[in-house]
Amino acid sequence: MTPEFSADAAVPPKSWWWALVALAAAALAGAPYFGDEAFQLDISIIFVFALLALSMGFLWGYAGILSFGQTIFFGLGGYSYAILALNLSATNLPFLGALVIPALFATLLGYFMIYGRISDIYLSVITLVVTLIFEKSIRSTSGPEYVIGAVRLNGQNGIPGVPALTLPWLSEPLSISGVFYLAGGAMLAAYVGLRLLLTTRFGRVLVGIRENEKRMELLGYDTRLYRLAAFVLAGAVAALSGVLYALWGNFVAPEMFNLNQAAQVVIWVIVGGRSTLIGPIVGAGVVQYLSNWLGTVNVGQVTLVLGFVLMVFVQLFSRGVLPSIGDAFERLRRKGKSYGRAP
Amino acid sequence: MTTIYLIVYSIALLAMVSLGLAVIFGMMRVINLAHGEFMMLGGYACVFCVRSGAPLWLGYIAAAIAVGLFGVLVERVLIRHLYGRIVDTLLATWGLSLFLVGLVTSLFGPQAWSIPTEFGNVSFGGMNFSSYNFILIAISIGMVLVTWAIARFTVAGLIVRGTMQDPVVASALGVNRDLTYMATFGYGAALAGLAGAVLVPITGASPSVGLFFVSKAFINVIVGGHLPLLGTILASTLFGAIDGFVSYILSSVVGEVTVLIVAVILLRLLPRGITGRMRTGL
Amino acid sequence: MTTQEPILWTKGLERRFGGVRAVAGVDFTLKQGELRCLIGPNGAGKSTFFKMITGQLRPTAGEIHIAGRDVREAEPHAIARLGVGIKNQVPDVMNGLSVHENLWLAASSKWRGRQAAAAAGRVAERLSLTPILDRLVGELAHGQRQWVEIGMVIVAEPRIVLLDEPAAGMSDEETALTAQLIREFNREMTIVVVEHDMQFIRRIARMVTVFHQGRILMEDTFDKVVADPTVRDVYLGRSMGA
Repeated sequence: MTPEFSADAAVPPKSWWWALVALAAAALAGAPYFGDEAFQLDISIIFVFALLALSMGFLWGYAGILSFGQTIFFGLGGYSYAILALNLSATNLPFLGALVIPALFATLLGYFMIYGRISDIYLSVITLVVTLIFEKSIRSTSGPEYVIGAVRLNGQNGIPGVPALTLPWLSEPLSISGVFYLAGGAMLAAYVGLRLLLTTRFGRVLVGIRENEKRMELLGYDTRLYRLAAFVLAGAVAALSGVLYALWGNFVAPEMFNLNQAAQVVIWVIVGGRSTLIGPIVGAGVVQYLSNWLGTVNVGQVTLVLGFVLMVFVQLFSRGVLPSIGDAFERLRRKGKSYGRAP
Repeated sequence: MTTIYLIVYSIALLAMVSLGLAVIFGMMRVINLAHGEFMMLGGYACVFCVRSGAPLWLGYIAAAIAVGLFGVLVERVLIRHLYGRIVDTLLATWGLSLFLVGLVTSLFGPQAWSIPTEFGNVSFGGMNFSSYNFILIAISIGMVLVTWAIARFTVAGLIVRGTMQDPVVASALGVNRDLTYMATFGYGAALAGLAGAVLVPITGASPSVGLFFVSKAFINVIVGGHLPLLGTILASTLFGAIDGFVSYILSSVVGEVTVLIVAVILLRLLPRGITGRMRTGL
Repeated sequence: MTTQEPILWTKGLERRFGGVRAVAGVDFTLKQGELRCLIGPNGAGKSTFFKMITGQLRPTAGEIHIAGRDVREAEPHAIARLGVGIKNQVPDVMNGLSVHENLWLAASSKWRGRQAAAAAGRVAERLSLTPILDRLVGELAHGQRQWVEIGMVIVAEPRIVLLDEPAAGMSDEETALTAQLIREFNREMTIVVVEHDMQFIRRIARMVTVFHQGRILMEDTFDKVVADPTVRDVYLGRSMGA
């Protein structure tokens, strides 16, 4: 059977990969000319979710850390941007702040868990619990006394009217197409960045730790440091997706932290597979498309289908769609080979 | 006095809601995230019974049996294939949970179904308490005692304890491990169904009932550690006390959040839960 | 540090597990450049002793010093950086990665960039692993995997190498080769070997330390140890292979 993870992650990507990336960038650049604003909005949110999925997939697949709490940083990113942007009149500092604040929390939480040598399953549990803590806490801030600066937290109603981002070199805030480019660009940049990170010493050590943490420790690596760095990096990527979400909808709400959102992230990665970086992106796209299509009918049905998909995938395609397809091709290829041999 | 009562109630509620999950986790190392939905189904079963004219206590029994059987089905179809894969069972039961919520919402709608309760109040130290709360406390104690009694005094209980301690040896001694797991999962599900039924006069039956309780039960069981009875009792006492006390003084949300924070800290200090280091016991 | 000072010494080293003392007060001294063998029946405490040297277990009592430093509270990676390498009985490597990647990771803990790659290449040459550099370690035969692990252990030029049953599961040919390699490595590094195969020990041993019930029973040359009646008692029923 083909191993779950490619052993070639450390090898720099080939030229065909770069060609595909260039193609994707070109498609991204051209897309607004072929689709109306509704189309761009629909695709932008998929970019946002794909980025969130990528953060979890990277952390799970390449650092070996199963976090159910990427929504923590997703929500913190969105809320930080909303609160900072509504308090200050500029949007650049809030954008940066919305990445720094979640990253700091990730450092804190990660240190607590990783340096505490908490076992894998309990680490996952704690990440789930912490996202619940955030959801419950924020949901209860409906009263007027819950204010940060001039901004009311608003409890379960969330914070509306989140300002659009004005990039430093532009004079106007981002339009819908602007957000489309930003989200798509961020997703592409994160994907390329993480792929290249895997070829660096840090990336290769991280993969080594995923393969055999104890051995890496005995070789002299402080594995806790590397895992913490991966956790913070994944948190920052999730925070970025949270900011983009706030920019997409001009709105943040406690639902960004909740169990359903956390479940969706897991489903995206499971469907797409964690053994590649492109997998989670594809998974997010497929599941979101499916959800949108079903969502036109009934809320209950979307949850039902998602649950069903999760059950089926865990049992049958535990490696995700792409690796399973890869496996199927591998089997066909081997059959073809044996037919070709002389009797 | 009121505080003590509230704390006792809080502990009892937590214990009742967690026991089924704890039995399954302690016995099979399976984290059943659909536990809340088992409770939800129990609630609906009870409502159906009562609305068809049956007395409440019959509703409890029907809920326990119905959900228990459903649990057996789930074990056969889903859990069976994922033994040893602790993450996969967590994910699969999470999927089941979503599936059940979606199913029930589609079939019965999102609103809560309630049943009329004529239980009246009891005066106590200057405050009025619904006497149903006392019934809940009694049932909670009963569930723990019955589970303990089954484990301690029956052959079935002995088999379950043996398989829990050492499945390989138990199997070598002729215990049918598959049957044991199936029965245990069914029993845990039945406990969940019963808890759901007992809660119906208080919360009503709705698709989101499970979500409300599952995180509390989940934390309770994980922090309790691998001994189902002792772990549940200790963790419930701790968290029930904290939740009851803080909720009374501040608010229920602060109580919940405090419980969660304490749970995270406890897990950091006792990575295998309160009973994680105990090798014998229930 | 002069060559007279021991590179590793323990005093009263103890490790309890509940009520059991797996290591029950061990005073052990290892001089630089030695090739020492540890023998003893299963459960005598040899593996636990090794684990305390590498930092995987904390001693419950006693002292342990490596290269002049007190390592009682040290993390495993810090001890590894002091120059301690261990090769366990069961190959413990990164099965999903290639031989080259495994060696590179081992080398990278000490060197950067091209130096790491060069060191990995040299070790591969020395252990005749060059033909299989691109193969996944998980797909190799048992003996080859052992050599990959040995390569990983020595590539960072450690001061002390601990080998836990290096000849286990090897053919006669491979065993002879391993003994030869160990003698070769001993010119550059101090080596401690745990083994049960007396023929193997005979080939490499100078000093032998006998463990029994968590303590050191005897420490002497191979011939004296093999002839000792108490040692024979402890190994009751085992062939001493004279």
